[in-house]
Amino acid sequence: MSVPRPAHPAHPVAANDMAAALPDEDNGAAGPTLWNEAVLALTLLAVDPSLGLRLVARAGPVRQALLRRLDAMLPGATPVRRMPAGIDEAALLGGVDLAASLAAGRAVVEKGLLAGTDGGIVVAAMAERMGDGAAGLLALAMDRGSVPIERDGISTELSAEIGVLALDEGMEADEAPPPALGERLGLWVALAGADPRGGEAVAPQAAAIAAARRRLAAIRPDEAAIATLCRAAMAFGIVSLRAPQLALRAACAAAALGARAAPSGEDLEAAIRLVLLPRAVTLPEMPAEEEAPADPPPAEDEPATDDAAQRQAPRDGREETHAAPEDMTVEASEAALPADLLKTLAAMIRPDFVRAGAGRAGNFAKRARRGRVTGTRPGDPRRDRLDLVATLKAAAPWQRLRQAERAAAATHSPPRRLEIRAGDVRVRRHRGKAETATIFSVDASGSAAHARLAEAKGAVERILAECYVRRDRVALAAFRGTRADVLLAETKSLTRAKRQLAALPAGGGTPLASGILAGLDLARASAREGRTPLLALLTDGRANIALSGAAGRPQATADARDAARAVRASKIAALVIDLGQRPSAEARQLAGEMGATYLALPRADSGALSAAVARAPRGAGDARQQPR
Amino acid sequence: MRTLFPFAAIVGQDQMTLALTIAAVDPGIGGVLVFGDRGTGKSTAVRALAAVLPEIEAADCPYHCDPARPDEACETCRGPKRGRKQKRTGTIRVTVPVVDLPLGATEDRIAGSLDLERALSAGEKRFEPGLLAKAHRGFLYIDEINLLEDHLVDLLLDVAASGENVVEREGLSVRHPARFVLIGSGNPEEGELRPQLLDRFGLSVEVKTPQDLKTRIEVVKRRDAFERDPAGFTARYETDTSAIREAILRARRRLDHVAVPDETLEKAAQLSIRLGTDGLRGEITLMRAARAFAALKGDGAVVWAHLAALAPLALSHRLRRDPLDEAGSATRVERAVGELAAA
Repeated sequence: MSVPRPAHPAHPVAANDMAAALPDEDNGAAGPTLWNEAVLALTLLAVDPSLGLRLVARAGPVRQALLRRLDAMLPGATPVRRMPAGIDEAALLGGVDLAASLAAGRAVVEKGLLAGTDGGIVVAAMAERMGDGAAGLLALAMDRGSVPIERDGISTELSAEIGVLALDEGMEADEAPPPALGERLGLWVALAGADPRGGEAVAPQAAAIAAARRRLAAIRPDEAAIATLCRAAMAFGIVSLRAPQLALRAACAAAALGARAAPSGEDLEAAIRLVLLPRAVTLPEMPAEEEAPADPPPAEDEPATDDAAQRQAPRDGREETHAAPEDMTVEASEAALPADLLKTLAAMIRPDFVRAGAGRAGNFAKRARRGRVTGTRPGDPRRDRLDLVATLKAAAPWQRLRQAERAAAATHSPPRRLEIRAGDVRVRRHRGKAETATIFSVDASGSAAHARLAEAKGAVERILAECYVRRDRVALAAFRGTRADVLLAETKSLTRAKRQLAALPAGGGTPLASGILAGLDLARASAREGRTPLLALLTDGRANIALSGAAGRPQATADARDAARAVRASKIAALVIDLGQRPSAEARQLAGEMGATYLALPRADSGALSAAVARAPRGAGDARQQPR
Repeated sequence: MRTLFPFAAIVGQDQMTLALTIAAVDPGIGGVLVFGDRGTGKSTAVRALAAVLPEIEAADCPYHCDPARPDEACETCRGPKRGRKQKRTGTIRVTVPVVDLPLGATEDRIAGSLDLERALSAGEKRFEPGLLAKAHRGFLYIDEINLLEDHLVDLLLDVAASGENVVEREGLSVRHPARFVLIGSGNPEEGELRPQLLDRFGLSVEVKTPQDLKTRIEVVKRRDAFERDPAGFTARYETDTSAIREAILRARRRLDHVAVPDETLEKAAQLSIRLGTDGLRGEITLMRAARAFAALKGDGAVVWAHLAALAPLALSHRLRRDPLDEAGSATRVERAVGELAAA
């Protein structure tokens, strides 16, 4: 990828990536503390595996060191199995081992990974790539403690009491474990910046863990503890009731570890830190400390904090309804926590999870299972449709040889008329219809607003309605002032798109390059998931803010041109819709650089525009018409 | 297998439990759609339903056919001959199935397919029943139905409406009974269901996380108590559970005797006209749901109060003609109910 990255964080996602990717920027003292947090989370998981742990970290020695600790902590016979991201249903649930069955001439059943890990921990590698199907089955096993088995008329449930440790290597904004799984994982820990050196946390050994497990059942949390966790969850704007439940279990596990009869204030604090805090969507506002947000802590103290705080506000439209009434309660609560704890904790929010929840599974290699048949290939008939004729054809030439082989090898097995082996099996290849996504990048600068932003909004709304009918996905970015913002990550929810659009404020300069790059990022993310994106750029083409955020027309225009070329280089279909009062040369030129279709916003005719989006060529760049 | 959280112990979410209970009283109502945030107890409520319902008498065949309905029995139960002499497969008692349909399930697994290993190893062409067969006479639950591929949703709704699953492929031609109540849930923030499909669900409920701290604490407390001692917790709610079970059984017996006066029908029609719902499906569902509700309450006839209580459940998802309309549909139904009551 030869795309110029913005030197300055052009939009929140980019800033987020950078914070996660550059652990060195974290101050040195945070390393051991983070490491201790991670060890604590791991220990709690060992005590109560059903808590689940989402570990955000890249593969590397730090993560390796942490995972080695887990092995030392688990009592003897605890099974730990690795689950690859691309695992299929049969391997998870168990089923017929095709190769073995064909060789033996009878059904050979293999036990699935879930039932095989009963009482242990499933380590899900690359959880951000996990498919929805696998995540659904994991969630099912976590909910029910068993998995259904249906083979040969046997319909039963196998016990599968599993804990899940999800290794989340997600780096992009849209890379997170599927929400159905992430929701059920209690502990969320990010390892970026953690440093095992100098960390004094000594993880307890297997014997201590086993003792804590025995104590766990007897821990009785009192009412105040439950109330505290519920209050904290509400203050952080966490909607799901699973979160406080999981936090309560984490607190109990911590109490069991410390051989206390009930969770102490410290245990609750740990639970809030590890379970609730990473999920926070709003920051509790303390009426007494009104000036706190206005006066952010010194930058070197925790560079990401105020950034994160600012970012969260626009992320969640529900914050007023959820958090506002409870702020008072949090402060007034006389429970086990000191009054300013939530605020202290809030200052610790790291950006790694801010993106969480909005993401979807990186289902990048989705094979079509329906649509036009385009041919056959060797494969597994449990995943794709069997092509019986092709299978027989493949097996036919070998029959005489195999019959002889069998007669020679195993005298006790009866001769079979047809000898089919796993390698003969052919499956159909389908060419599915790819989903499409329309990505809007809207110029909300002063010049555009003055011209025809209202009309543009109307047009986008109209296109959104059509996208809804066609089941397209939509994403929305807007640029004005000095930066571009992703208002809406790719979604099928039209209501949200409309709400975001209606609330779009206008005014300020035109950071065209940032806008184009924001749209391009969204389009790339969409293409990675196997969809066909179309980038619709609505602008008057008059750039005056450069990528760096500095004003100045020449630099801004040059940056915009570079960004446009990046779009062309990544072969993303694009459409430039001119918002100017009259068709402008700049916008037309921009479309040329981008390899995009140029369209002047037809006056008071959003219908024509919407038709243009529907008609716009998509996919490979060569299909695009080049404006002359 | 783990004990399931008892239905009677679910806190709040009255609308959801009411909708599920009504579907249990009259399974012909056409499925329930539950939309709302994650972690509001949707899955818990649906899965808990099985324990509330009484065991059913079933034929000892893969589909658990209903001995009381020989006309729709499967091929195993009918025996090899086409005559009307029904081979008596023995009957067994089974719990009402509540089948989870995981999001990644393929069409083969849902509808059933050729039993591949039999075909390859023994050369025998045999049908391997899928999840639809398993859900016969019970409930089929799909979490995140809004994320399920469209063609699968079509398939499910088709079978749910016809009560029969027909598989015609890979040289198989199988039909078997599949009468089940379809329960779908999801979070509209993550994707919406096609409007054409919304209409085909009988009832819809919008669930929200309880906003007051007391309820939330109570939810967490009960969950904690349950996880600590599932058996003891379930036993504590046994009386409540059997009360619900009794109420459902009584309502089922009474259902056919509940009168539907003409004036109530007229009111239902007026309500539908006022709301501008398409087709007659809304009215019919409203009527059936109100009748089940009346039976549940022990009333002899359907009156306006029943209609008013059920209208949001039966009608609110049929209003969305304009995808850009943001006014809450339930609010619109309630307003119309209020206006009609005043008139």
